[in-house]
Amino acid sequence: MRGIAQGYLANDNRPVKLAIKNLVVGYLDKQSGHTLVAVDRVSLDIREGEFVTIVGLSGCGKSTFLNAIAGLVKHQHGEIRVNDRIVNGPGTDRAVVFQKASLLPWRKVGRNITYGLELSGMKLAEAREKASYYVNLIRLNGFENHYPHQLSGGMQQRVNLARALACDPEVLLLDEPFAALDAITRELMQNELLELCEKVGKTVVMVTHQIDEAVLLSDRVIIFSARPAYVLDDISIPIPRPRKGHIKDSEEFRELVSTIWRVIEGNANIGGGI
Amino acid sequence: MRHLTVFPKSTVAKREKILNLLLGSSVIVLFLVGWELLFQLKIVNPLFISAPSRVVLAEIAMIKDGSLLKNLTVSAKEFLLGYGAAVLIGFPFGIILGWFKLVRGSFGPFIAALQATPRVALMPLFIIWFGLGITSKIVVVLMSAIFPLIVNLRVAMTTIDADLVHVARAYGASRWQIFHSIAFPTSLPFLMTGLRLAAGRGLLGVIVAEVFGGAEGIGYMIQYAGSTFQTDKVFAGVLVVAVSGITLDFSLDRLGRHFDRWRGEVPVH
Repeated sequence: MRGIAQGYLANDNRPVKLAIKNLVVGYLDKQSGHTLVAVDRVSLDIREGEFVTIVGLSGCGKSTFLNAIAGLVKHQHGEIRVNDRIVNGPGTDRAVVFQKASLLPWRKVGRNITYGLELSGMKLAEAREKASYYVNLIRLNGFENHYPHQLSGGMQQRVNLARALACDPEVLLLDEPFAALDAITRELMQNELLELCEKVGKTVVMVTHQIDEAVLLSDRVIIFSARPAYVLDDISIPIPRPRKGHIKDSEEFRELVSTIWRVIEGNANIGGGI
Repeated sequence: MRHLTVFPKSTVAKREKILNLLLGSSVIVLFLVGWELLFQLKIVNPLFISAPSRVVLAEIAMIKDGSLLKNLTVSAKEFLLGYGAAVLIGFPFGIILGWFKLVRGSFGPFIAALQATPRVALMPLFIIWFGLGITSKIVVVLMSAIFPLIVNLRVAMTTIDADLVHVARAYGASRWQIFHSIAFPTSLPFLMTGLRLAAGRGLLGVIVAEVFGGAEGIGYMIQYAGSTFQTDKVFAGVLVVAVSGITLDFSLDRLGRHFDRWRGEVPVH
């Protein structure tokens, strides 16, 4: 089982957008003073326009993996390439949406959406212009002059998403983006994200522990083992697009969910994880 | 989901506000009436306590002969120069102290020791160093007003939301960008609190310095009136100081609310 995941669709000729080779990420455990391995030799090729989701037990290292791609966590070994260019540290070619919306509370929605662009040195007027497309797409128009505290959790997360998309990144990284939302809002947001991604065709890497969310949104689901994380399985989701939220009721969908679940469960039992 | 409900200020809260205003002002009126009665009925030696009516008369007399304006101008000048210097030095220094660990480590204990020393106790030294004129008063105001600013801004830097910094870093922000897009806005409410505290301390500094040694200013006027048993003039001077203090605090509070709009519900100080 252990080893390099196969580029799943062998005859897919879209260019590889994000290439990860033998990635090892360790961190210093402050209590014991030892360096612990969070991600153990993970290799992954993600093609342009692909939506890939990583699932696994909580604490398995999938968020660390995503942070490493974002450049927020240093990796000890291996390499990360975006468009065949090695990346080290954060950059505008990747944008992250974290679980917490983390909007600047003193900035109105409009200026929060342009924040990423402003950080990259763009003039405000130009940033506004560039962001407006996504403001419309995520249906935030009319809210530009609200302060974040005036918005619901779901709306705040949409602003967060718009802020990331406005930067027009090569790869969009989603770190459990809906985990902090209530169940109903989460379902609605999943459907919206599904629609959105099919419209903009971005390359997306998402981390979640909601298996149904992973299956609904993804072209491929990568299953991580218990810590230290390596790739247990790489499962293709052949449900045709455009998809709608109600595919969750189909036989095919449920079968995919239970297949993934069995892999995770099997690993948890062996590793004594959880 | 697409509609925003703005709750109107409830009428209950409005009524409570009016009631509080009525209660608060009636206590003041009662106090003034009682004071006037103590004087008029000669229950206490009138020389010691004066009376509201006499204070008003003294105030009018001081306005007419121009002594109030002259002394107020001197005090205001001392205050504004000292306070201005305190803001100009204290604001950036507090931020630097909170932002850079090394600076905090090196200057922290020194600042703490200086802060714990009552500045008034240093007054004789300031007079020796800067003379009896305006400079020594400015220094007292500066030394009184600067610490609330330094302390508040230092604290402000420790309240920076780590998640915001994390996001900014993910977008490739430099340390300077993190500073001016996150740390600086975070510091503003703390600056406003610092400004209010500093104004109170600075005002105290001006009066104490003038009472201690000087030949002009409101503090000197109070001190002189007191030593010549003109209690009405003492109260008149105190009234001027109190009104200045309240006006200053009110304006700074207003300014603070302006910077706090994004917080929504403005906390009552």
